[in-house]
Amino acid sequence: MKFVLQRLAFYLLTAWAAITINFLIPRLMPGDPVQSLIARYQGQLSSKSIASLETLFGLDQDRSLWQQYLDYWANLARGDLGLSFTFFPTPVSEVMAQSLPWTLALVGTTTLISFLIGTGIGIFAGWRRGSWLDGLLPVTTFISAIPYFWLGLIAISLFAVQWPIFPAAGGYDTSLVPGLDAAFLSSALYHAVLPGVTIVLSAMAGWILGMRNMMVTVSSEDYVMVAQAKGLPERRVMFSYAARNAILPNVSGFALSLGFIVGGTLLVEMVFSYPGIGYVLFQGVNAKDYPLMQGVFLIITLAVLAANLLADLLYVLLDPRTRKEG
Amino acid sequence: MTVQATDPAGGVPAETAAPPAARRDRLRFLRNGKTATGLAILGLFVLLAVAGQWLAPHDPSAMSDDVLQPPSLEHPFGTTQTGQDIFSQVLVGTRGVLVVGFIAGFFATLLSVLIGVSAGFLGGIADELLSAFTNIFLVIPGLPLIIIIASFLPDSGDVVIAVVISLTAWAWGARVLRAQTLSLRGRDYVQAARATGESTWRIIVFEILPNLTAVIASGFVGTVIFAVLSEITLAFIGVADISHWNWGTILFWAQSNQALGQGAWWWFVPAGLCIALLGTALSLINFGIDEFVNPRLRTAARVRGAIRMRVGFTPVARAPRPVPKGAGASEGSKAPEDSEGSERTEGTPA
Repeated sequence: MKFVLQRLAFYLLTAWAAITINFLIPRLMPGDPVQSLIARYQGQLSSKSIASLETLFGLDQDRSLWQQYLDYWANLARGDLGLSFTFFPTPVSEVMAQSLPWTLALVGTTTLISFLIGTGIGIFAGWRRGSWLDGLLPVTTFISAIPYFWLGLIAISLFAVQWPIFPAAGGYDTSLVPGLDAAFLSSALYHAVLPGVTIVLSAMAGWILGMRNMMVTVSSEDYVMVAQAKGLPERRVMFSYAARNAILPNVSGFALSLGFIVGGTLLVEMVFSYPGIGYVLFQGVNAKDYPLMQGVFLIITLAVLAANLLADLLYVLLDPRTRKEG
Repeated sequence: MTVQATDPAGGVPAETAAPPAARRDRLRFLRNGKTATGLAILGLFVLLAVAGQWLAPHDPSAMSDDVLQPPSLEHPFGTTQTGQDIFSQVLVGTRGVLVVGFIAGFFATLLSVLIGVSAGFLGGIADELLSAFTNIFLVIPGLPLIIIIASFLPDSGDVVIAVVISLTAWAWGARVLRAQTLSLRGRDYVQAARATGESTWRIIVFEILPNLTAVIASGFVGTVIFAVLSEITLAFIGVADISHWNWGTILFWAQSNQALGQGAWWWFVPAGLCIALLGTALSLINFGIDEFVNPRLRTAARVRGAIRMRVGFTPVARAPRPVPKGAGASEGSKAPEDSEGSERTEGTPA
């Protein structure tokens, strides 16, 4: 319990830091990019939305930095992230609400799948060191060095252009109305195959390497030897003794990998024009839509923190030492 | 995992003199197949980065009438929609990629050494604060942050991008270095140095840092990989300055000119393969370093510790030899050969 509370406190601290960074970036940067954007949309912006943009980007010179900071938090508390210029005049929070479910579904599923498959292969490769599975290592190294988006480009050129099996872009058939019916869901699933496989392939390599190296380290521990000496079935020694301990760093290293995977996923979404947050970010970057970019950063960070908290809860289940008091 | 990484697995056998052993160790690092391959590929790219401009058969930006040609003798990687030679673009673009990668790697490593070693060595409240700071930067997703900072900046040249990348890439190295410093701090030779009245900075620079060399090197290489990927990503989505050629810029133009739809695979395949090749080379070097400091990771047919149980055999496991305390880490890496040797002769059940 103490462990979980500690982690929770840490994530709250990190969330605060991310929000403060978000607040400071536009204020520390030279120039005033947002002012020109506002000027361009002068007639179409309501005074209320101008006020909220000024709060976001510190354009109001009369107020002290501290006062601006308090205003910024007040805006956040109301869920006001400013107006998007790309999707004018939709508020950023609304754009997020539309695109976040796509990203969560895509990243969540693919991360889970790649973690399970990668860890599984890693267990076998580490246990049977020197077998043919070691031949996989150079391949995984090569794959992990490929940028996600480039693998996506290759996937499109092979399976959407060369052999048009899968759609090259989009998240669903645009002739369908988004809803929870079978036709829409199957179309969404069909569109998710290529981006999903791309992410799984890219993300899996890291898990394989990490797990293999930990298995190699753990399998020479005394308790593994004792388990074998007791005559336990090899399967049981491998999974319940070696793998169970070897997996701990993989789970606690989840935090790092997740940030990396999310970054890669954003790019994959851009390549596939997938209606998630990455594609929104791409459009925001191209249009210099600062409120949108900052909103994306904030939402992504908060989502990553939440996922890390989940990984920590899993860690508590796996590692009894964290459950001990004191 | 990292904590035991440089833990000396054993000492130098008494009969071996230290200096020749050290020399042999250094050669051993280079003899490692992975390291050698990695260094060779990296060397090739460094050569291209230096000489690419002169080697390029065409001006990378010059347009010509050979529009969207597949690879040929004249244009080994084909041409773009405006007739630019992609082979020349890849050659000229190597420099930008490596420059950003190494500058970012350098600054990030500097930051990680400063923060990580200070945290580990100072301890107490300074450690708590620096560790919290490190962990925050570790968890915040780096790429979106880089994208935002870079797009706010009016100037997005190579050096600026490299510095922005290094600001978000130091945390992992700092954490590893902190853990490693923490384990070195309590060693006898550090205590001895302190007892003789050496100053804190002298201890850090002359007693601690030399023993962190491998960890720092592997952190540096890892950061370069991350920086190269980030920079190419930034160029690909058009945040970085696209007037300079690098592999990401090529992909940017390929994507914005619908190279995929036109079936112009040669436009984006070479740049991507170069990225992957460079990344693989750097990873291989890192594996070499890892195996150098943690011999258990070596891919050998003789497996230490993993004993196959078979009916009728009594497996014999050798206890590790008594380790002379205080053997330096750099000398300690001699030990694996030693333990492997004993495994070979005595560990096999007859």
